[in-house]
Amino acid sequence: MRLKSAAAPFGIWMLIFTIVPLAIVAYFAFTDANGQFTLSNIREIGTYVGPFWDSIKLGAVATAICLLLAYPLAFIIARSTERVQQTMVMIVMIPMWMNFLLRTYAWMSILEDKGFLNQFLGLFRLHFNMINTSGAIVLGMVYNFLPFMILPLYSVMAKMDTRILEAAEDLGCNAFQVFRRIVLPLSTPGIVSGITMVFVPAVSTFVISKLLGGGKNYMIGDIIESMFVGSASDYNLGAALSLVLMVLMLLCMALMHFVDHDEEEIGGIVS
Amino acid sequence: MDEKTIIRLQNISVSFDEQPVLQDLNLKISDGEFVTLLGPSGCGKTTTLRIIGGFVKPDSGDVFFDEKPMTALPPHKRPVNTIFQRYALFPHLNVFENVAFGMRVQKRSSAEIRENVAKMLKMVNLTGFEKRSVHTLSGGQQQRVAIARALANHPKVLLLDEPLAALDLKLRKDMQTELKNIQKALGITFIYVTHDQEEALSMSDTVVVMDNGKIQQIGTPQDIYNEPQNAFVADFIGESNILDGVMHADYLVEFFGRKFSCLDAGFEKDEPVDVVIRPEDIDIVEPIKGDLVGTVTAVTFKGVHYETIVDFKGFKWMIQTTDFYDVGRSIGIRLNPEDIHIMKKSAYSGMFGDYSSYSEEFDELADPEADLSEEQEGADEV
Repeated sequence: MRLKSAAAPFGIWMLIFTIVPLAIVAYFAFTDANGQFTLSNIREIGTYVGPFWDSIKLGAVATAICLLLAYPLAFIIARSTERVQQTMVMIVMIPMWMNFLLRTYAWMSILEDKGFLNQFLGLFRLHFNMINTSGAIVLGMVYNFLPFMILPLYSVMAKMDTRILEAAEDLGCNAFQVFRRIVLPLSTPGIVSGITMVFVPAVSTFVISKLLGGGKNYMIGDIIESMFVGSASDYNLGAALSLVLMVLMLLCMALMHFVDHDEEEIGGIVS
Repeated sequence: MDEKTIIRLQNISVSFDEQPVLQDLNLKISDGEFVTLLGPSGCGKTTTLRIIGGFVKPDSGDVFFDEKPMTALPPHKRPVNTIFQRYALFPHLNVFENVAFGMRVQKRSSAEIRENVAKMLKMVNLTGFEKRSVHTLSGGQQQRVAIARALANHPKVLLLDEPLAALDLKLRKDMQTELKNIQKALGITFIYVTHDQEEALSMSDTVVVMDNGKIQQIGTPQDIYNEPQNAFVADFIGESNILDGVMHADYLVEFFGRKFSCLDAGFEKDEPVDVVIRPEDIDIVEPIKGDLVGTVTAVTFKGVHYETIVDFKGFKWMIQTTDFYDVGRSIGIRLNPEDIHIMKKSAYSGMFGDYSSYSEEFDELADPEADLSEEQEGADEV
């Protein structure tokens, strides 16, 4: 009973800041400008399949790159001495303390046609068109969201007992088998939360695609933004898009957890 | 017993951070033997075990298995298996899969795996626990899974790194017997690391006493207890009163200004020696009948006996007696030749064997187990 009453403030918080806003979004999504119930907003979403698909594609690519970069790095950090660990984690986190916009603007000036990188490459008579490509968007996503992949991976790996790895070696595993049979399954929770923490903001971003994609590569986040502050200005359609994006994301996460859970169950039985 | 040497360590030296851990260590282990590496924490016993397991590379020296060098072999290619301190079970696998792990790596058929796992679990009394998660097991049960997991690989040599340190006393005693029985039944070599002298004496065929990265003595438990080679061994194994003496001739030693006959020979004439007298070997008599006379300064009841500290001319002895002698009482003691053991002088002479500063609190503080149990609790939280 005491526990229940202690949870009351949290319940109120949830109500005000999660349930009510969601209900408002849903209300707008299913009504027209006059407040009449309609499904036309949802129907209209069919026109935006392209941007939806692009967003998920770019987000998935960025997430995959983050995972590939972060996994070995997190492993190396977790196996270092305490002091090295603290320093490395610090270095990973420091860019996060810099304003998000500022970081993305910095990439703009690096990647521009007359930016730092092309000026440098010019010394070798090279020139690349980098800004306003989907590659630039992915780069921006990877740069901004990489720490969110490293940290959860690092925290599961730091908890991994060295003796468990030694025990696997002792029982006949070579380095690859230790990785596949012990390190990978034990780090799965970190992989799942890392993917969640990178994929969700990457798919719904609008700043990165706007600044580094130059408006040519419209992502769903940009479209939603334009519905509220931009020229299109259609709150109802914007709300419908947001709602669908949320549902899609939930489906993706559910799928991931399903795979993760599945692996845990059969992990022991497949040899 | 088969006297074939199965593992041989030759001139092994290791340092960690410039700190020598093992110095020119030589050790032969016979096939089928129960060998215990015994010593205080930091003596190098665990490092020795890890060298045999392949987890530590010696700076110099070689490890031979069946007289074939295996110094360069990685752990997964060695015919030995290890039971780690605090078991190191795989937390993502259930009991069955933990025990099956080694066989899965070797790609055995699932029928063979099922049969062997069942056999191993039966041996450690865990039949019916196959589907249980290892988190739900008690310390003793986890220990049994670790034993089954290591033995399922049919190692020629089993390495055990303080396997019972985290268990409570009663369970530890039971597991000692059980491990000894398993070793006898399988006939394989056990190399057992412990800081617990009682455990070492009651389980082993051979005890290797180590200190400071060096072997101090190798022998049967009886040898180690009755014929310690230096003051360190005498003090570490059981309780000892260690006195300065002079060996006048074979079978004749002088200490406290009196001559005693003893059973030791082969010393130089008038060679200074360490004399060991075990507290339980001393007979208490009337002061006038005693070889030496002293005053009781402290008595502690220990259940089986009274631990009585007696002052002889400023040097305090420990005497274990079933009779109660109160503090302040004057008593005599009688020493028979077989109660006196003579050791050559060593670097340890004068460091041990005087109970003047004896305090049980100190003993407890110095007990490495105290740390272990704390670590264990920390580990459980994670």
